[in-house]
Amino acid sequence: MAPEEIRNVILDILTDIAPDEDLTALEDAVAFREQLELDSMDFLDIVMELRKRYSVNVPEEDYPQLASMDSTVTYLTPKMTDCVAS
Amino acid sequence: MYDTIIIGAGMSGLAAGIRLAHYDQKVCILERHYTIGGLNSFYRVNGRNYDVGLHAVTNFTAKGAKKGPLARILRQLRFKWEDFSLAPQKGSRIAFPDVELRFDNDLDLLRSEVKRAFPTQVDRFEALINQIADYDDLDQAAFERSGRKILEETIDDPLLIEMLLCPLMWYGNAAEYDMAWGQFCIMFRSIFIEGFARPYKGVRLILKNLVKRFRGLGGELKLRAGVKTIHVEDGRVVCVELDNGEQIQGKRILSSAGSLETLRMCSDTSEPDPRRAGQLTFIESISILDRQPEKIGNADTIVFYNDSEKFHWEKPAVELCDTRTGVICSPNNYEYSDDEGQLTDGVVRITTIADFDRWNALSEDEYQRQKLRWYDRSVAASVQFTPDFRPYVIDTDLFTPTTINRFTWHDNGAVYGAPDKVLDGTTHLKNLFLCGTDQGFVGIIGAMMSGISMANMHCLRD
Repeated sequence: MAPEEIRNVILDILTDIAPDEDLTALEDAVAFREQLELDSMDFLDIVMELRKRYSVNVPEEDYPQLASMDSTVTYLTPKMTDCVAS
Repeated sequence: MYDTIIIGAGMSGLAAGIRLAHYDQKVCILERHYTIGGLNSFYRVNGRNYDVGLHAVTNFTAKGAKKGPLARILRQLRFKWEDFSLAPQKGSRIAFPDVELRFDNDLDLLRSEVKRAFPTQVDRFEALINQIADYDDLDQAAFERSGRKILEETIDDPLLIEMLLCPLMWYGNAAEYDMAWGQFCIMFRSIFIEGFARPYKGVRLILKNLVKRFRGLGGELKLRAGVKTIHVEDGRVVCVELDNGEQIQGKRILSSAGSLETLRMCSDTSEPDPRRAGQLTFIESISILDRQPEKIGNADTIVFYNDSEKFHWEKPAVELCDTRTGVICSPNNYEYSDDEGQLTDGVVRITTIADFDRWNALSEDEYQRQKLRWYDRSVAASVQFTPDFRPYVIDTDLFTPTTINRFTWHDNGAVYGAPDKVLDGTTHLKNLFLCGTDQGFVGIIGAMMSGISMANMHCLRD
């Protein structure tokens, strides 16, 4: 899966987790936490949805890598090369 | 082999079940009763629908709110705000002799009422609000500090302390006399800062949506399936055995049965000390009126009354019930939407503190007689604080601590469970966890939050 596709996957997950958030103005370089009302439970859900949808495992020590869209895509790109967009 | 077996199909068990089933776990919820809901269940008598626990859903936030427990629960369970369709309260009161404090879902009303009735306490009340804002939810030591002691350090009018404690203890305090500081903060936020609401259709709407979702995700729900024994080998649960002898295996167990009730089921433990069980249970006297409560001058959603300057939160000392304090709830007095309209019947519900052992010891004949007697006495006590509705009553029902015991299976029918809460939900066994009222969150929103957070913490990370 290409970085742009991974970005869409994350947007899709965020839409499911936080349907009331406006994601069109999301800045990829800025932490999710500074732009969206996400708490630790929501972050767990990003990890869980990745596992459910693409069998990608993110160990707990790597959670900080999911701080912003840019860092998330960078972190996931090598892990999701073999994934197919659904 | 199930990934997780959940004991109890109340709000916490169902919410936990949805979380786990959503993440593809094989989940089974076992419920002893013939219906779902636990404390927050419902029943039908004489063609009318009644709720068991529900007076109000606390922690109300309006549609679109992103913060607070309600918004969190909706996100975690992937529900829309409309799925619970909560109508906010009209307004409530704390009524003591010669003084009352009105409050609604905007803290400013309570602020102005404190200023009117207790002008010397305005700054102290603000200081209390700041202390509550600073309280951290998950700190067990801070949670267990004496609420009364902290209140006495902050507020120096004893009557205001009693008046603030009255509704907060009524809606969520498992211990007698005093309230843990953590419980006080949680209840203060959920009642005075966030506030009351109710779905037009009552608690059944929420339950129906929870069960539909759980089953839609492939979850299994077994009713009349009480767990008799949790079989333990080498510090781990190996299986649960039902009352009918059937054995069911699961990798882990999440129990909402209560902390003592769960321990008692375990094959490796001796009988827990009964003094650790909760003591506070209620009767509920329900009156159906031939008109809306508002027509007789009752526009209050909830009234928390107490007939002296000292609030007595304890098991009745000598009789079946203690009518010195009580709660008056009128489910008609919510701001239902125009397309829902108003409930057909006028309803007034009176809650009164009761003693489980005395109710449980009655013969069937005596039980029926005492129900009639205590309906009259609890209603007579309440009409000192609300317009007398007795001339307009067309039907009544009363449920007792033994009814609550049947729905919840909690020792003593204790509505808020045991006084000692286990905030992290752990037990002496590696794969047995607690959720629900004994984990420390109470109320409908609290119970769902408990199920969600314990599922997240203990059942999803492997």
